[in-house]
Amino acid sequence: MNRAGAQPMTPWRWLGVPMLLVIAATLVFALPLRFFGYGLPEPVFAMPAVFAWAVIRPSMLAPLAVMILGVFLDFLWNSPTAFWAVCLLLPYGVVLAGRAMLAGQSQVMMWAWYAGSTALALGAGYLFTMLDAQNAPDPISVGFQFLATIVLYPFADRLIDRFEDADVRFR
Amino acid sequence: MSLRDNPLGELRVPLTWTAGVIFIVVLIASVAILLSHRREAFDTDAYGHSRTLSDRVMAPVGDVLSTPGRLTGEGVDGVRGYFFAVSENRRLKAELKNMRQWRDVAIALKDTNQRYQSLLGLKTDPPIAMASARIVSDSRGPFANSRLANAGSEAGIKPGNPVMSENGLVGRVVGVTDGVSRVLLLTDVASRTPVMIDRTNARAILTGDGGPNPKLEYLRGLDPVKSGDRVLTSGDGGVFPRGLPVGVAVKGLDGRWRVVLASDRAAVDYVRVLLFQDFTQVARRAGLDKIEVPPPTPGASTLPPPEPVPATATAAAPAVPVAKAVAPLAKPAPKPPAKAGAAP
Repeated sequence: MNRAGAQPMTPWRWLGVPMLLVIAATLVFALPLRFFGYGLPEPVFAMPAVFAWAVIRPSMLAPLAVMILGVFLDFLWNSPTAFWAVCLLLPYGVVLAGRAMLAGQSQVMMWAWYAGSTALALGAGYLFTMLDAQNAPDPISVGFQFLATIVLYPFADRLIDRFEDADVRFR
Repeated sequence: MSLRDNPLGELRVPLTWTAGVIFIVVLIASVAILLSHRREAFDTDAYGHSRTLSDRVMAPVGDVLSTPGRLTGEGVDGVRGYFFAVSENRRLKAELKNMRQWRDVAIALKDTNQRYQSLLGLKTDPPIAMASARIVSDSRGPFANSRLANAGSEAGIKPGNPVMSENGLVGRVVGVTDGVSRVLLLTDVASRTPVMIDRTNARAILTGDGGPNPKLEYLRGLDPVKSGDRVLTSGDGGVFPRGLPVGVAVKGLDGRWRVVLASDRAAVDYVRVLLFQDFTQVARRAGLDKIEVPPPTPGASTLPPPEPVPATATAAAPAVPVAKAVAPLAKPAPKPPAKAGAAP
């Protein structure tokens, strides 16, 4: 039985805890480890949380949480400051705007939407990097990061399933 | 006054619209921060104090998190070494036999090289001091490739210092603070490294693109490179010393020349930071400062010593014509000696 609906939907539960989990997972995957000669992939762990936050409900704190996650990624990965903040806020805004359309969609369709929002984030990153560094990033590397990120959709699905109906005003 | 009596008590702000407004404000703020970002130059101010602070926080976290993996790897290596000691011994003996031949060649070449240097009066670069460090964090996405090393300014590391693994060049330091350095890898999209092809001495710029094999750009000449050529740093520009091993040239799937990095042969866990800044360290500045001005040649015209002029007089004095100012120096140019056979 899902007890999430019985508990109050505090920002800490649906924003704070996922944010800490994203930070922890990103730190672990930033370790310089190699398995069988290959390094760990580098998925954008923030993407499932960002997608789920936009689907669950409109919120005043969620954009700030997305920005904080983005700036954390910038400092960890040494990308320009607010680079990932903008890259994550764009799909957040698009999903938030199309939230009514997403309601009641099947899991496969939601996965497709998630893949689309990931493509938007990485496409924005590609464009910003090209403008900033005057050099186009390797499309194959972008493709690998895209694949590594879209397989994380079950985490977004779990978050949505847990909190989508928690606030009756946004059903 | 209770909330019910408050004229604003019945005011309800629609949450959806408020959330939308907050989103737009945050997005605008993020875009403004992104546009104000500067790429790293060789000074800590440009790297950003917020980044040095975050590096200082993240390095110990990465160090702690990577400890189990590192210890496991060392344990696996120990067990593997125990079980494969005999085959490893055979391999090392064969390698040692091969290396002994190379040692003899190296001694002969070193001797020849020293003779040439003394004959030509060649000034070679001084030996470069190094600092060792361990990598504690690694970012390898398509948009940024950098690593955190657990040695910083206390070890004498400065922005711009080249970083090497035991196999080859890894990158250069772009940010440093006490106990931590940020290393920009050769594969980063912002990385540009002047290199040369060892066989032809052709120059190129190694340009990272976030992939594992950076591109060779601005190659000049006819057939300057072929597959398998060794690529070294050229030392042009003075950021890197000349001759550091970078990798091997290969033709990429996109038809461009790329480099398989030598540092990719093994995991980059320990690195050496070369405390090399630029060509100014090659020149002994103290020695240059001690050089005395040679005495004037007898009979040659020299500038008269400057006469101290009172400040008030300087302010009030009319502008002196240039021709008059240089008049004491103006002398007729000496005529060249008449050449033999020249017309009178």
